[in-house]
Amino acid sequence: MSAVPIASPHAHGGAGVSRIMAKVMLALAPATLYGFWLYGWPAIYLWIVTVLAALLGEATCLRLADQPARPVLLDGSALLTGWLLALSLPPWAPWWLGAVGGLFATIVAKQVFGGLGQNLFNPAMVARVALLISFPVPMTAWVAPLPLTAAGAPGLFDGLLVTLGSATQLDAVSSASLLGHAKAELSRGVDLLHSLGGHPLSLAGYRPGSLGETAGLLIAAGGIAMIVMGVISWHIPAAMLAGIALPAAIGHAVDPARYLDATTHIFSGGALLGAFFIATDYVTSPNTRAGQLLFGLGCGLLTYVIRTWGGYPEGVAFAVLLMNALAPAIDRLLKPRIYGRNRKGAPLPS
Amino acid sequence: MKLLNYFRGEAFQRGVHPPSCKEATAGRPIRRLPFPSRVVVPLSQHIGKTPRPVVRVGQQVVRGEPIAKSDDWLSVPHHAPVTGVVEAIELRPSARGPWIESIVIRSHPGATQEDLWGQPRDIDAMEGAEILQAIWDTGMVGLGGAAFPTHAKLTVPKQAKVHTLVVNGCECEPYLTCDHRVMVEQADDLVRGIRYAMKATGATRAIVGVEDNKPDAVVAIQAAIERDRRPGDDWETGVFVEKVPTKYPQGSEKMLIMALFGFEIPSGQLPVSLGMVVSNVGTLAALGQLLPAGRGLTERVVTVTGPGVARPGDYRVALGTPLAEVLAYAGAPATARQVIMGGPMMGQSAASLDVPVTKGVSGIVVMRHDDMAAVENRRTYPCIKCGECVESCPMGLNPSALGMLAAKREYDLMGSDFHLGDCFECGCCTYVCPSNIPLVQQFRVAKQILREKAAS
Repeated sequence: MSAVPIASPHAHGGAGVSRIMAKVMLALAPATLYGFWLYGWPAIYLWIVTVLAALLGEATCLRLADQPARPVLLDGSALLTGWLLALSLPPWAPWWLGAVGGLFATIVAKQVFGGLGQNLFNPAMVARVALLISFPVPMTAWVAPLPLTAAGAPGLFDGLLVTLGSATQLDAVSSASLLGHAKAELSRGVDLLHSLGGHPLSLAGYRPGSLGETAGLLIAAGGIAMIVMGVISWHIPAAMLAGIALPAAIGHAVDPARYLDATTHIFSGGALLGAFFIATDYVTSPNTRAGQLLFGLGCGLLTYVIRTWGGYPEGVAFAVLLMNALAPAIDRLLKPRIYGRNRKGAPLPS
Repeated sequence: MKLLNYFRGEAFQRGVHPPSCKEATAGRPIRRLPFPSRVVVPLSQHIGKTPRPVVRVGQQVVRGEPIAKSDDWLSVPHHAPVTGVVEAIELRPSARGPWIESIVIRSHPGATQEDLWGQPRDIDAMEGAEILQAIWDTGMVGLGGAAFPTHAKLTVPKQAKVHTLVVNGCECEPYLTCDHRVMVEQADDLVRGIRYAMKATGATRAIVGVEDNKPDAVVAIQAAIERDRRPGDDWETGVFVEKVPTKYPQGSEKMLIMALFGFEIPSGQLPVSLGMVVSNVGTLAALGQLLPAGRGLTERVVTVTGPGVARPGDYRVALGTPLAEVLAYAGAPATARQVIMGGPMMGQSAASLDVPVTKGVSGIVVMRHDDMAAVENRRTYPCIKCGECVESCPMGLNPSALGMLAAKREYDLMGSDFHLGDCFECGCCTYVCPSNIPLVQQFRVAKQILREKAAS
């Protein structure tokens, strides 16, 4: 028998990075699978391309840095980044959009900052914003759902042609997302009461949008499952959704012709995906509960402001990035009070 | 201090809930470990000047006889744990690694090992200062693990006044049950020891805090308190037992006072600044047993347990018994790998099995290869700022930020802006870290560096 001296503690709770990532992916899976069904093979191909690009970007950087790539790839964070990015793209987008986005996310937004845990901004959202600014046309080319099982849906091969961008005969019904449509019509002077007649809010997600937008209920269910599993706390999602819903409800009550209602806001665009899966990213959010509430509220309010008064119809990605930049400051501001000290850190009087 | 706070029973903030792992030993009575053929008594077992031997090599000693003494206030005497002959006074391995001067006594095979030293004395007739002297003479130190000399801990500074003795019966470390068994089996000794400590400190009230996973201990102490009830005891004075929520690290005196009274000890101060003195149940029960008999501390109760032990239990072990001998008796197979002295959260793994049981060793937890593989084979990832450590730190520190500063060797900043000095190394942050970062280990290094800087 030999005794090996190791410093305490000798026990560990069992939590692990890859285990956390696996739980997040599990929570994302139902919404993703539903999106795959809704948008068919092109969406599946785009997802694969985006995820592989993200992994490739990570592996390339690690190779350049002379680090073993395999264990880092296995932690699941790059896969998750690619996955989240894919969920935020137009489902029938061409392959190079996903490829550029995936590479950008892990190379520029993550590895350049130093890899896992070092990035200031959410990599998936950095990539999405970069794509949106660089390629505004394909990034806003939404299509109406064409379920895998529907007649006329592109098959295994035709779907590939869509993703490769060379589908000539197959024209999907191009369409606008609800937020885009509302914004466009408002700018033409058509108020919401008239413009939204043909765009009912489908809670089942049967409407144009990204994979992460249409399956709102499944995204929310996955998010709640993560809260139950203890992967995330409720603070950021609740605060972010409140930050969107409260001003929306007030605005809608004041002028329903100009301001969308709260339910539409919550179930449109990236609100739910953002609240449960994007803003809750550990690395780029504050790590105290009070800080998380403030952070989530800021994400929600900024999203509403950008959607309502900004130039873009959707603002979750911008809002999250802006708040990412504030996260270190929030952590500095809202520190827990230390036992036996006051808020300023001075010892309590005896 | 208000009655309201006393009944509130609110726990401290944050903390963790590791599996208790106490089932194997909690229900078993304390058994005596056979006296070993040889004991090793390290002279330095606590802070203060190292006591010097008062016996010579070759000298016969009887169990309980003083073998080392010191006149330093922060040091205590040692007593012979066995009847036998002093075989050597030489360097022997210590738990921390370095070899330190130790007295080796070979026990007489035929000896009864009865305590032959010491005269019964009437402690109730003594004044506070006399009791403190008597405690000093027993060689008592904190048996909870800290091994701080008890007479020094119970001495109230001149300008301070103590009203409450807080008795720590939490035993929040996983695996350990020695305090639990002592509370159940020696409740009368405990209450007697509490009365002595109250008299020594001038406290009018004593509150025993017991985690609510030990209801039998609460019942036993309650019954002992009833038997000991004295005229004048009411709801403000006397001895009480209080349940506190089971949560690690409830047994830290800061957390226990928070749970019992709902207020905090100001940073940098001792409980005495709030009129309180804290002592561990094992220490006071031993005092209740030793003081009236006029004897010294020669043995202690040790929890011997863990997945690598065939016959786990709480054993009454003669001080100086080598770990190897304890483990042989309790049945630790050859697959045993790591031997922790104390509990798994704050205990120290033994560098060698030749190391003896000393006054501060509350438990011996043996892990097998398989148990350790799960912990050791875990990859360390960068900090992902999940905030789990922030949500677990009972002190409200930010281990995540401290860990990143430690990696950058920003030790001064850790101490000044992030109050590293308030960390008492409970290990919660390392326990919850999904990236498996050795946070508390880094903090120990940083503190040591800051201490060295301050000293130079």
